[in-house]
Amino acid sequence: MVDLSVTLAGVTLKNPIVPASGTFGYGREFAELYDLDILGSFSWKGTTRAPRPGNPQPRIAESAAGMLNAVGLQNPGMEAVLREELPNIAKIFHGPVIANVCGFSLEEYAENCRMLEDAEQVKILEVNISCPNVHAGGKNFGSDPHSAAAVTRAVRTATKKPVFLKLGPNVTDIAEIARACEAEGADGLCLINTLLGMRIDLNTKRPLLANRTGGLSGPAVFPVALRMVWDVYEAVKLPIIGCGGVDSAETAAEMMLAGASAVEVGAANLRDPWACKTIIEDLPNLCERLGVEHISDLTGGAHHG
Amino acid sequence: MTKSAFTLEQARQLTGDVWELTLAGDTSAVTAPGQFVNLELPGKFLRRPISVCDWDEGRLLLLVKEAGAGTRQLVRLPAGTELDTLSGLGNGFDLSAVPENAVLTGGGIGIAPLYGLAKRMIAAGRRPRAVLGFRSKADAFYREEFAALGLEVHIATEDGSLGTRGFVTDVLKTLPEGQYVLACGPTPMLKAVHALPQLSGGQFSFEARMACGFGACVGCTIQTKQGPRRVCKDGPVFQKEDIVW
Ligand SMILES: Cc1cc2nc3c(=O)[nH]c(=O)nc-3n(C[C@H](O)[C@H](O)[C@H](O)COP(=O)(O)OP(=O)(O)OC[C@H]3O[C@@H](n4cnc5c(N)ncnc54)[C@H](O)[C@@H]3O)c2cc1C
Ligand SMILES: Cc1cc2nc3c(=O)[nH]c(=O)nc-3n(C[C@H](O)[C@H](O)[C@H](O)COP(=O)(O)O)c2cc1C
Ligand code: FES
Repeated sequence: MVDLSVTLAGVTLKNPIVPASGTFGYGREFAELYDLDILGSFSWKGTTRAPRPGNPQPRIAESAAGMLNAVGLQNPGMEAVLREELPNIAKIFHGPVIANVCGFSLEEYAENCRMLEDAEQVKILEVNISCPNVHAGGKNFGSDPHSAAAVTRAVRTATKKPVFLKLGPNVTDIAEIARACEAEGADGLCLINTLLGMRIDLNTKRPLLANRTGGLSGPAVFPVALRMVWDVYEAVKLPIIGCGGVDSAETAAEMMLAGASAVEVGAANLRDPWACKTIIEDLPNLCERLGVEHISDLTGGAHHG
Repeated sequence: MTKSAFTLEQARQLTGDVWELTLAGDTSAVTAPGQFVNLELPGKFLRRPISVCDWDEGRLLLLVKEAGAGTRQLVRLPAGTELDTLSGLGNGFDLSAVPENAVLTGGGIGIAPLYGLAKRMIAAGRRPRAVLGFRSKADAFYREEFAALGLEVHIATEDGSLGTRGFVTDVLKTLPEGQYVLACGPTPMLKAVHALPQLSGGQFSFEARMACGFGACVGCTIQTKQGPRRVCKDGPVFQKEDIVW
């Protein structure tokens, strides 16, 4: 029997596979399809203090081996999530939940974290400082080490729960940002968010997305995500949740070998709603093939020996 | 929603760019006309949403317009090709709320779901009429199929080469007040129909670019009087009174 469990920042997941924020809602749609208790965890939709209607249509475009989204953080707001989603999550999933929180100011980040303090089932706060779809020109708190450090400081003092900063790839040196978060007491990191991109509609000769730009994700971004996990693993001692383009047990294993302790799966869920289930079912055989009894032994394996 | 393989049995070309596809597979997830399927295509990351035109126990009928690389590929796949399909998506038309003589209003490829809808309304003893709009006579399809169901069909073409010259709204305008429409077509058509003073009510089927098609990503959200709603899961059919443009 292969041991699929992993532990990061003191939180144990029964396996490393975690649906990524924004591709799994608050679990409702997938609970109709399979037993969510097979999952290590899931990261809910990025939640802000106030409800957000999101961006105008169109919000979705396709690209080779991937997709662009410009959803614009549509979410019902933290109060509605606490009132309506959290009690439902307790019914459909019994493991640790990762709460993806967003904000437009340091105070909002801190308040959102405080509001989740009593949410028993939320074991990790995933602080999204890298959504490319809500600030003009892709600027956000994750764009430079100083503002990333400032958010880390703000949320660190607001909560006792483990705080994982979610970093984006639209930066020159992601390792520098990772180090800034570590220095301010982050418990872990999640990377990567989507890559800023765009498409032009040849019928209108105008940007296809109403937001003009969107975030690229899916298999196309996997090598980029993998390289960034690799770089950040070398730069910090924090546990890393690797994310970006994972669509199979094999790519999940590569992500762990590059340095990830757990692996988030995003766009793959949208193409195949059963993607996470299939990956989890494929992991034991893959571990046997790779000769590991504990999947956690894969983490960072590519850096040694 | 189910995920299963559908086998392409036949592709029949209806006009220069519209095809009728017959597929065999498990249709048990389809419960109402106006629902759609989401088809995986070789080499494409996102699935393609296509309305259910008609269905029976083991067979699915789709009408597909060549709109881009994916649909061009789809209509040319050889018979026997298996397509990974998410089936039974969306709410579909709510027949319980429809009066006896509702007007099915379709523009272009938007007439596809109205065919299965008409068939089921007639089977339930109702007497719908159809107003179908096309660009020209050469673009018109499924006229005989609709007529064979035994309902009155009005055609409008933009160039007047068939039926009334103009848009479906030009036909609807000639009808007395108090019409209830079941509409599917391009957004400008939906908007024009929605604005007609003749309408007492109606249901409108929307399109949006989708990533998942089953409610997970909120990529397809439109704003409604009820708040943000997902076209794929809360729609694609929306009630007249909930729609904002
Ligand atoms: C609920 C619903 C029902 C539909 N029913 C039918 C039908 O019965 N028959 C039919 O021919 N077409 C239908 N469409 C439109 C059909 O989905 C698009 O024409 C098709 O996805 C275009 O793909 P493509 O690769 O040919 O075009 P491309 O432009 O190359 O596609 C690129 C991307 O944009 C998306 N896209 C492009 N145009 C549309 C569009 N109009 N609507 C939604 N997504 C789009 C594609 O899915 C793909 O992700 C429906 C759309 C929706 C949302
Ligand atoms: C439709 C969509 C919505 C997303 N929304 C969020 C979000 O709210 N918060 C967040 O941190 N990341 C969000 N993401 C990013 C994903 O969580 C993930 O970081 C990214 O898509 C890369 O992984 P993937 O290639 O597996 O999709 C979203 C991605 C998609 C496709
Ligand atoms: S397309 Fe994903 S929610 Fe509608």
